[in-house]
Amino acid sequence: MDIHEYQAKELLARHGVHVPRGGLAYSPEQATYRAREIGGSKWVLKAQVHSGARGKAGGIKLCSNDEEISNAAEAMLGRKLVTHQTGPRGKLISRLYLEEAVDIAQELYLGFVLDRKEERVMIVASAAGGMEIEDISEKQPDSIIRATVDPGVGMQGFQAREIAFGLGLESNLIGKATETILGCYQVFRDYDASMLEINPLVVTRDGSLVALDAKMSFDENALFRRPEISELRDKSQEDPRETFASDRGLSYVGLEGNIGCIINGAGLAMATMDMIKIAGGEPANFLDIGGGASPERVAKSFRAVLGDKNVETILVNIFAGINRCDWVAEGVIKAIREVGVDVPLVVRLSGTKVEEGRKILADSGEAVIVADTLAEAAEKAVAAWREATKNKKAA
Amino acid sequence: MAILLNRSTRVIVQGFTGKIGSFHAEDMKRYGTKLVGGVTPGKGGQTHLGLPIFNTVKGAVRETRAEASIVFVPPPFAADSIMEAADAGIKLCVCITDGIPSQDMMQVKRYMRRYRFEDRMRLVGPNCAGVITPGQALMGIMPGSIYLPGRVGIVGRSGTLGYEAASQMKALGIGVSTSVGIGGDPINGSSFKDILQLFERDEDTDAVVMIGEIGGPQEAEAAIWARDNMRKPLIAYIAGLSAPKGRRMGHAGAIISAFGESAQEKVEILKEAGVVIVPTPASFGEVVADTLARTKKAA
Repeated sequence: MDIHEYQAKELLARHGVHVPRGGLAYSPEQATYRAREIGGSKWVLKAQVHSGARGKAGGIKLCSNDEEISNAAEAMLGRKLVTHQTGPRGKLISRLYLEEAVDIAQELYLGFVLDRKEERVMIVASAAGGMEIEDISEKQPDSIIRATVDPGVGMQGFQAREIAFGLGLESNLIGKATETILGCYQVFRDYDASMLEINPLVVTRDGSLVALDAKMSFDENALFRRPEISELRDKSQEDPRETFASDRGLSYVGLEGNIGCIINGAGLAMATMDMIKIAGGEPANFLDIGGGASPERVAKSFRAVLGDKNVETILVNIFAGINRCDWVAEGVIKAIREVGVDVPLVVRLSGTKVEEGRKILADSGEAVIVADTLAEAAEKAVAAWREATKNKKAA
Repeated sequence: MAILLNRSTRVIVQGFTGKIGSFHAEDMKRYGTKLVGGVTPGKGGQTHLGLPIFNTVKGAVRETRAEASIVFVPPPFAADSIMEAADAGIKLCVCITDGIPSQDMMQVKRYMRRYRFEDRMRLVGPNCAGVITPGQALMGIMPGSIYLPGRVGIVGRSGTLGYEAASQMKALGIGVSTSVGIGGDPINGSSFKDILQLFERDEDTDAVVMIGEIGGPQEAEAAIWARDNMRKPLIAYIAGLSAPKGRRMGHAGAIISAFGESAQEKVEILKEAGVVIVPTPASFGEVVADTLARTKKAA
């Protein structure tokens, strides 16, 4: 789960990380009021969306008077910001953050991630801040400093000092940098973060160390014990299709194709999507209905998939282990009758109670295209989709 | 004797009396697994499904000489249960639980290092389908009927995709020595490489099918190890060809975040290491049959 820049900065500020003075605004009037509150003569207005690379997309504006703030706020609010991270649909700007402008002497990079190879939290730092970490590792790989934390004892002071010295900071900044790095680690650990990135961390002309931007993501498996983080969720930043599904306990990822997928198990779901692609189609979504699929759950899955107006065919592929094919079949029929499925539907059932499941589908009298194997299911789905779109065009 | 598990392995269930634990305990018993008891703190001394319940894993090990444990404990308490098993001298722990926080798993892995390598418990999972040695014993949630006993090992992250592979093989009369689900989480107990090492040494396994997916470094690590150390044929499939970068695909670990983590990149790395690639998820059966036939001819 991602949070906004201003929320991440609030968490960090509570743990000894310096951030510029700033305030949140939902309207141009509020933004100019915030400028008064903060003081100074130059401010930065920043669109609060869950994405990096906001500057290039017009989501960050330097302002030096009320009129500029007001105009910039007017232009941003209610618009969708499209960056290479948001996808073509973009993300809605409904919150703005106004900050005092900072006089930058040097930009640094500081990141915390879960390193899967070491199975520990890894700190990545570089004196080449401002660029994205992928670019830094490509263009200046030698500038990257790495350290991992022993989960038994947590991050140690010497590790933070080594990073601070490694960044080539002046000796009067070492203490400040050490505090910043340890503070970030504390936040990462205490709130079960999965990613924390300060880019850039800047040395200002008057010799202080400030987090100019902050990005954080959290481990969704740990939200049960972090209610203060769950509260920071902003549904306006999510794909509405995914919000609908996740509110119903389904694991769904929206894509750009036309063949809706309802599958049990993440691996089988990915494999089925691959098979659709190999057969010449494009999947509209990833959807794992999980184990123990009751008829109600299957019906909910149909609602989630049909909520996407691009869906022109549905493929159901269930390999029942804990699931039972007869329940899934009942769910499919329930969905057809209650939700209304007006696109071709291909169903492949396998595993526990498969004969009973197939019989339920056959006896229902509903227009269900049945497939026996994975290959057949994908081919039939793509063929049905081609037929349906052809008819649509003809009509 | 296949790997990890056979008909004489003495197994206990942690989270024994819960709904899920009970359901699968019965299923495992029916399959032939030597279940010797279970652990539910506070219910020690009672019986469940005709087997004794213990308050602690240590108590269960003392009384039943259990060597293996399967964990169905809910996510907030699962890490604690795994560490309890490790400390009680359990040799193999299979954790089915889905949704354990990453930081908990980091702690588990760190904790297990306090034991010498020879004494260290082997953890499989979490968030996995478990382990099955067809015809002998089941420590997991997979439907036993789709596996034919035989001489091909399977190791994979995904449960249902593993079922798909096994049933395609069964349709062609090809059986399985042991199938191991290592789970879909970013931090897991046993890696692909760990399991490949066991299969390579196993006299009852002739070839291995590895079912990987996008995200993480483990498939590449396994490829390098297999290139340098494996004599048995390795056959691999990687799911997630159509997955976009930066989006998590169901499994907490299935997200492309670095170079070498996309399906295409992993397939390239595996190919270069001489691994036989299964081109589509519908061709597990054919490719395995074909590889076995070629190996036989060469021998």
